[in-house]
Amino acid sequence: MNSFTFTQATAVAGAVQDKAAHDDAAYIGGGTNLIDLMKENVARPTHLIGLKKLGLDTIEALPDGGLRLGALATNADTAWHPEVEKRYPLLNQAILAGASPQLRNMATDGGNLMQRTRCYYFYDLATPCNKREPGSGCSAIGGYNRVCGILGTSEQCIATHPSDMCVALAALDTTVRVSGPNGERTIKFEDFHRLPGDQPERDNTLEPGELITGLDLPAKGFEKNFSYLKLRDRTSYAFALVSVATALELYGNTIKDARLALGGVAHKPWRDKEAEAMLIGQPATADTFRRVAAKVLENAKGYGANTFKIELAKRAIVRALKQATEMNQVLDTNAFQNSNP
Amino acid sequence: MSQVTQAPLGRSPVALAPTQSVSLNINGQDHTLQIAPWTTLLDALREYLDLTGTKKGCDHGQCGACTVLVDGKRINSCLSLAVMHEDSKIQTIEGLGTEDELSPLQQAFIDHDAFQCGYCTPGQICSAQGLINEGKAKTEAQVRELMSGNVCRCGAYTNILSAVMEVLNNEGLIIEDKAWSAGATKQDIAPVEPPKK
Repeated sequence: MNSFTFTQATAVAGAVQDKAAHDDAAYIGGGTNLIDLMKENVARPTHLIGLKKLGLDTIEALPDGGLRLGALATNADTAWHPEVEKRYPLLNQAILAGASPQLRNMATDGGNLMQRTRCYYFYDLATPCNKREPGSGCSAIGGYNRVCGILGTSEQCIATHPSDMCVALAALDTTVRVSGPNGERTIKFEDFHRLPGDQPERDNTLEPGELITGLDLPAKGFEKNFSYLKLRDRTSYAFALVSVATALELYGNTIKDARLALGGVAHKPWRDKEAEAMLIGQPATADTFRRVAAKVLENAKGYGANTFKIELAKRAIVRALKQATEMNQVLDTNAFQNSNP
Repeated sequence: MSQVTQAPLGRSPVALAPTQSVSLNINGQDHTLQIAPWTTLLDALREYLDLTGTKKGCDHGQCGACTVLVDGKRINSCLSLAVMHEDSKIQTIEGLGTEDELSPLQQAFIDHDAFQCGYCTPGQICSAQGLINEGKAKTEAQVRELMSGNVCRCGAYTNILSAVMEVLNNEGLIIEDKAWSAGATKQDIAPVEPPKK
């Protein structure tokens, strides 16, 4: 680890000022990803600003019926919060599908958005990586890319965003609240993370010095019909190869509203609003789901070792939609007969 | 011809990290340390306080050998800086029981032969204590899932599971077994009402 100094911030404004006063400063919440990156010399901040004394760790009801997650609330406290369990069970499941209990007790909600890719080459200082060292090249293209992306990739970078929680937050239309040198602003979740393009070193649209202060969930939580389906190499404590967060509002067997987002496939949580529009008004059947799955992956590009993800993602979408449809219902026994994907 | 060894071109020697004072409450005792900010909680325990029960396995948060309890919650002490824990109450394996009276988990690990080399054991026990404190694991499958942050290279998982299950059962915390995994549905993981006797 590089040498650095540490201060514990006690107010958001002070933290933002402290950040601006140092060239290579970083905010630290739970530290579960940042400290690991510092041990690997991938991240080399010269000054750390501790955030745990800022407060911002509560989960509170909003006047519009939504719920505000403080940026410093831990992933575990968020997942097990009674309002999250009851009204946003998709978020509860996505959080619990990620990491380990120890890490979820440390990791913060704001930090979850800020975690970096787990692409092998990003961590390997001996190899080129455009995200770590812009202009050096991408070793994953043509290399070991089993964990890499298939949607929205660029010639510069095919890394994925590793979060499970963010896939659910994307599906639920979350708003990110930030504070920075120019004051406070909100960012729509779909605009928070970005695609690599020719600037893969930028994971998100935060301006220099900006700090996440909270995440606002809208009132609609889709608590009746949802699924977070995570496919991975082990059944616990592994990153997603492909994950699907989906939520449906059903009228009988007709889809009235739908949300669909994928993890493990792109540089950002991959929400597909066109696919959602295709679902609305349609019967919740395997035929509908297969058409939608084909649409989501129509522009997917495999890079060899990760090409399997295209078919895997299609099947995962169909299965997740089916799981969301069937939960809490007296099953129509004919609905999926002979139509399993 | 002799050459003087010098730093590579364009690089200057790195100055030692400035130290700072941090007060830690560990197993009920207050300690004040003068340490570099880069000192992890794990290194503070092992190298500065001689509390070597907490083990360094992978040092990257993947194995769970370094698990300790902070304010009752289990964390990986290798991924946390000591300076981040001013005012926290930290509990390590040394603080769970006494030499005369082991904690219920420590006794159960012995009774069930829940270790072979023993290197992961302090982390396993602290993690299991955290699991009990959380009160979320109601079934054997849930215990398996919620202990997945602790790796045992000897593969003593079966006996570790029985040791943890015995303590949970003795405390009346296990209700009924149900398939549970990250992909299970909400109904599967919802607490189940105890059967009426």
